Amino acid sequence: MENLFALKPGEEIGGFRILEKIHEGGMAAIYRVSRPDIDLPLIMKIPKLAFGSHPACYVGFEVEQMILATLSGPHVPRFIAKGDMETSPYIVMEYIGGPSLHDFVNRSPAAVPEIARLVSALAAAVHDLHRQNVVHLDIKPANVLYRPTGEAVLIDFGLARHAYLPDLVEEEFHMPVGTAAYISPEQVVGRRCDPRSDIFAIGVILYQLSTGCLPFGSPTHIRGFRKRLYRDPVPPRSIKPDLPEWLQEIILHCLEVRASDRYATAAQVACDLSHPDHVSITSRGTRLKQAGCIDLIRRRWEALWPESEPCPAPSAHLAIAPHIMVALDTTHIAEDLFQALRDAVRRVVATEAHCRITCVTILEPSILTEEDNNHQFANSLYTQRLVELRHWAKPLALPGEKVRYHVLEATDPAAALLEYARANHVDQIIMGARGCSTLRRILGSVSSKVAAEAPCSVTVVRVPRAP
Amino acid sequence: MKYAVFSDIHSNLEALRACLAHARARGAEEYAFLGDLVGYGADPVACIDIVATLAARGAVVVMGNHDEAALSGLCENMNFVARDAIYWTRSQLGQKERDFLQRLPMVVKKEDSSYVHASADKPGNWTYVENEKLAGLCMQAANTIFTFAGHVHSQILYYRMNQEMPHAFQPTPGVPIPILPHRHWLAIVGSVGQPRDGNNAASYALIDRDQTTLTFFRVPYDYMSAANKILAAGLPQRLALRLESGR
Repeated sequence: MENLFALKPGEEIGGFRILEKIHEGGMAAIYRVSRPDIDLPLIMKIPKLAFGSHPACYVGFEVEQMILATLSGPHVPRFIAKGDMETSPYIVMEYIGGPSLHDFVNRSPAAVPEIARLVSALAAAVHDLHRQNVVHLDIKPANVLYRPTGEAVLIDFGLARHAYLPDLVEEEFHMPVGTAAYISPEQVVGRRCDPRSDIFAIGVILYQLSTGCLPFGSPTHIRGFRKRLYRDPVPPRSIKPDLPEWLQEIILHCLEVRASDRYATAAQVACDLSHPDHVSITSRGTRLKQAGCIDLIRRRWEALWPESEPCPAPSAHLAIAPHIMVALDTTHIAEDLFQALRDAVRRVVATEAHCRITCVTILEPSILTEEDNNHQFANSLYTQRLVELRHWAKPLALPGEKVRYHVLEATDPAAALLEYARANHVDQIIMGARGCSTLRRILGSVSSKVAAEAPCSVTVVRVPRAP
Repeated sequence: MKYAVFSDIHSNLEALRACLAHARARGAEEYAFLGDLVGYGADPVACIDIVATLAARGAVVVMGNHDEAALSGLCENMNFVARDAIYWTRSQLGQKERDFLQRLPMVVKKEDSSYVHASADKPGNWTYVENEKLAGLCMQAANTIFTFAGHVHSQILYYRMNQEMPHAFQPTPGVPIPILPHRHWLAIVGSVGQPRDGNNAASYALIDRDQTTLTFFRVPYDYMSAANKILAAGLPQRLALRLESGR
């Protein structure tokens, strides 16, 4: 094996020209590299695999090679090439300049809007990873970078797990692996398949950004890790009283001990952070004290028998927690269509236990005339639309935490619906067809444009009529 | 370069044709057949004919216990149903088919791979490799980076570093698994002609040399026709029924 740690600028390896070494740590060295046919800034990551080196370097590197090659999209560095494990082990991937979330954590506590922006982008990236059947299992500030567009990029897949590939990490270590401050309770007991472990880590990051402290410290011993199996963190608002209740609600919802009590998907975390006014606040958001000693005794007892439910693949896990957007035109009263739409929603709610429903309608600013185009009137119209949405949904009797109502102000309804669906990780759009053909001829069909361009499934509901 | 590995065809022509077409559509250029070409099904001659044609073009073919039994012997270690099928198969085979089966080797080693029907460890014992320990013995005896075997009629992948106890991995059909050569791999490819894991689709595996990946596949095929031929040939009814249930 060549000495890949002492590569000089200008040398070539696997067709890549070495530019400069930008990092050398205990596990790996990282070089900036280039290749004439690739118009993308690149890095080459080379593990320390010398005789006697820690097996973590070896397995972690192999796992990263394996998993990164299966991933795509803006939330991971683009995979370019890998070298032979025996002779020249390396991975070449897209260079992400940063900044890193670590830089923001160092300056924490951060301002609330900045926390929401940073972590909402992180949760969106984690959701995209889960969609591709990978659980990261080492989400921490140093492993999160941001593109200039604000999109988060996850790096370092050395401890990750792909649902359909062999788990080399588990076989190598037979003990919990992860980063002490961010590891989830189920990882502590050796469960490496639950996408909600990454949601727990998001909760730790949110806590850290909001308060400047780590919710469980940074233990160095297994007994210190185990504490998070029963001890809930000090509520963030008792450290920082001006923190909004909705933010504490989100943080503690992510940090629930039992994975099944956390958010079902990272997309839901992203959505709540982007729409704080929609967060329904429970005792989680308001409490200022940790759980009392009776709760503590119960949890210590429960912690002796951790959950051992089967582990569905992350994509299967997401499939039962879809985000459904119902687009309603409340200005055209069509009771039979409203009923048909409610029936369609009822069917989804009945089958998908963890679904979330967002009811959306459009407020077209053009309908405001010059003289009454004042703030107050616009506000009352906005409120009227909200009331209409709630009125439509009432017969469904949906539990409060499952449903959200949203009024979009837009002149182009189809474009606004598509944009909302994209930004909020909507999995299915349910909307009505415009019944009257004259109207459709004049206004064009919103549903056909949405169906053609949506990033997800679209169900167009029509009232059955005689043929 | 991609090559497809088939095992336990068991005279099921419909399943063999479906798997070959599936593999060709995915770019397979070479083939290996891990024995038990005959036994149970109604098309021994047609199946041997296809395999012999591919063997003449370089395909690897090894001997299985049913192929051995179809040549001679009392089949005392087989159950009644299997034995009835073997006796019927003997009545169907001509000299050409018998000559082909007669010449099959027990193990083939080619480049970094071994091909065997049951286990590379004492192949004539027809051991069922059904746990990590037996997989380890098989890998030890094969002493190549990759070992391909059949015989157990379900798909599983074993792998290990150095001499440690192998790990078993249940593959998901259609998902390519990177198989890096610094580990040792034993792929049990499942059965083309008589799956027994409750899924009646035919099984095989495809190796992609350029990407160094291994993909296990399940291929639906016309099991009704295969079952009807078994009944029409007067073979035991149970052999027809199990093609539908996949058990």
